[in-house]
Amino acid sequence: MDLRWTDEDERFRTELRAWIDQALPKLPPETKREDWDARRERDTTWQRMLYDAGYAGINWPSEFGGRGASLSEQLVFYEEITKAGAPNVGVNFVGLLHAGPTLIAEATEEQRSRHLPAILKGEEVWCQGFSEPNAGSDLASLRTRAVRDGDDYVITGQKIWTSFAQVSDYCELLVRSDPEAPKHKGITWLIMPMDLPGVDVRPLKTVLGSSEFSELYLDEVRVPVANRVGPENDGWRVAMVTFSFERGTSLVSEMVEARRQLDELAEVAKVVERGRGTAWDDTGLRREIGHAAAELDALWNLVKRTVSEAARTGVPGVGASVVKLYYSELIQRIGDLAMRVLDRASLSLDDVYDHSGHFVEERLRVLALTIAAGSSQIQRNIIGERILGLPR
Amino acid sequence: MDFTLNDDQVALQDGVRKMCEGLFPMDRVRQLADVGGVDRALWRELAEAGVFSLRLPENEGGAGLGMAEAALVFEELGRALVPGPLVWTHLAASVILGAADGDRVVGGLERQEEPFLVEFPDAIDVLLAVDDDGLWEVDRSRLSARPVSWPLDPLTPVNVAGGLLRGERRGVPGDAMRWQLEGAVLTAAFMLGMSAVLTERSVEYAKERQQFDKPIGSFQAIKHLLADMFVRTEVARSAVYAAAVNLDEPSLGPPARAVAGAKLMAGEAADLNAKTATQVHGGMGFTWEVDVHLYLKRAWVLDTQFGTGDSHADTVAGLLGA
Repeated sequence: MDLRWTDEDERFRTELRAWIDQALPKLPPETKREDWDARRERDTTWQRMLYDAGYAGINWPSEFGGRGASLSEQLVFYEEITKAGAPNVGVNFVGLLHAGPTLIAEATEEQRSRHLPAILKGEEVWCQGFSEPNAGSDLASLRTRAVRDGDDYVITGQKIWTSFAQVSDYCELLVRSDPEAPKHKGITWLIMPMDLPGVDVRPLKTVLGSSEFSELYLDEVRVPVANRVGPENDGWRVAMVTFSFERGTSLVSEMVEARRQLDELAEVAKVVERGRGTAWDDTGLRREIGHAAAELDALWNLVKRTVSEAARTGVPGVGASVVKLYYSELIQRIGDLAMRVLDRASLSLDDVYDHSGHFVEERLRVLALTIAAGSSQIQRNIIGERILGLPR
Repeated sequence: MDFTLNDDQVALQDGVRKMCEGLFPMDRVRQLADVGGVDRALWRELAEAGVFSLRLPENEGGAGLGMAEAALVFEELGRALVPGPLVWTHLAASVILGAADGDRVVGGLERQEEPFLVEFPDAIDVLLAVDDDGLWEVDRSRLSARPVSWPLDPLTPVNVAGGLLRGERRGVPGDAMRWQLEGAVLTAAFMLGMSAVLTERSVEYAKERQQFDKPIGSFQAIKHLLADMFVRTEVARSAVYAAAVNLDEPSLGPPARAVAGAKLMAGEAADLNAKTATQVHGGMGFTWEVDVHLYLKRAWVLDTQFGTGDSHADTVAGLLGA
């Protein structure tokens, strides 16, 4: 068990820090939450800057244009990016963390060369068309139909919870290609261009009052058979490749950010007046903040264990489900704590104290984390059945 | 960075587990309640296996290993629920003659508030005390002590004592601080082992026990309890191993926050896993016959040692942003 960063890790950190320091001021300022074109512009500009500096696709193998960084370098990367307040993947989330890795694992040479460089350069934005109104936790029951017609699949149906759909160029789409087969065996994974006739994007307003997600209505959309990834009716397996990535690395920057926020919460607590002192003088509240920090520290160390095991065995280990489950519930409790620190200031998403609005917004945003990407209940089933071997 | 066990550590873990399975099957552990918690012959076997001398330099008869290895050993002792003042005797190996080779059983106290509850009063040869000013060998003739006929944990006999804790000096304040940290991590490791074995035994039980014509482990209400036991164990494991490594490797920074987090997380995992195990075992979980209560009671005892969960949460809060 060795937790020291290697000399290469430290060199990488120093270089990266220097690059971020000079790159960040060149980036356009943060935009309004609902200005989707501006958000795309900012996130893809940053992605292009990363690409030019050789940091794009930090987790992608170098033969596919990625950085091919070691897992410890990836942790350093997420740490430094987050600490500096540089953009996270943003609208490039699906391309970099879901679709890209799936294409690397399963796509043809032609599909890879067409899309992978474009994703890395920030030229292509992807969204995910998996969930449907009647296929959430039971994703394999999805019903969006694909009927083969010559060289095309003709697709009709409805998708939901599609992140960044309004600014996406492509969609990783799961469709029902064989309605007769058992539900896991009749699904196909397609690359769907978002500008095809019959694709209708309707933004979905969330509890945040903004539209990170959309509904996707598909009416006889013709997707070429050449856009299929993996064999016909083998899409469930292809999709599972994506999920292992989703649970493996996507929470790392969230977690670094959460640790920073907890430090910030302690600072806010020291200025929020409470009785004759501040919120920080409330021993009960302070103790709970300390408790949450200890949990977050432990979880960060679990990430390091999981990453180390993955480096040894080549696959994301069982730690991924554990991290996802624990983190999403912990961050909600931290959100509750922040509200108790802020007290009446929690009534405002505009700042009452420094950054107080951000805590209120986060409290709402993280409600999604125990639901998205496998709800907490599904994670507990996975842990119970696949890790502990309990009967279904 | 490679936060996995190396081959030597895996071998050590296997070796200690086999030793514990041989020396401390549960029926024998239970019998130790009748002899004050310590059987001298078994204690010497532990010493011979290096449990106490592990971190002494090789020229002093030790194995020259670090806290990471010691934590792995104590995790195994916790799995087997071995009773006795294991942590204190291990800490005392370099200070008290005879501790390392099992000739003298060393107990200790790190709480200054009277009355003191001294553990294993009839089994220990030496009683140490730790405070901010150093390590002390307590002159037990200057303590007033009254026996306790009904200890919470049948495997942790206690008496109630008052009087002067400071006797002969055995260490400086720096030693005392180090002992507090090391004691917390070793206790946490012990509780980690308890948490893991509680999970395993509850899972086994839930696979066998049938109600409504099905194993109860097939019901999500039970399955999710068991999943949470596993999750708590793995989160605690990460905290405990990281704290142990941090104590071995000063370049990782001051260890206080990691140590406090480890004791807090492992303490909660042991407590909650033992309670959950009681629930999963149903009515049998409330019986003396099933072992779960012995784990639960030990978890409650150990929470009071080397800092309670509350005190460690306060420590972490105080170090936030530092």
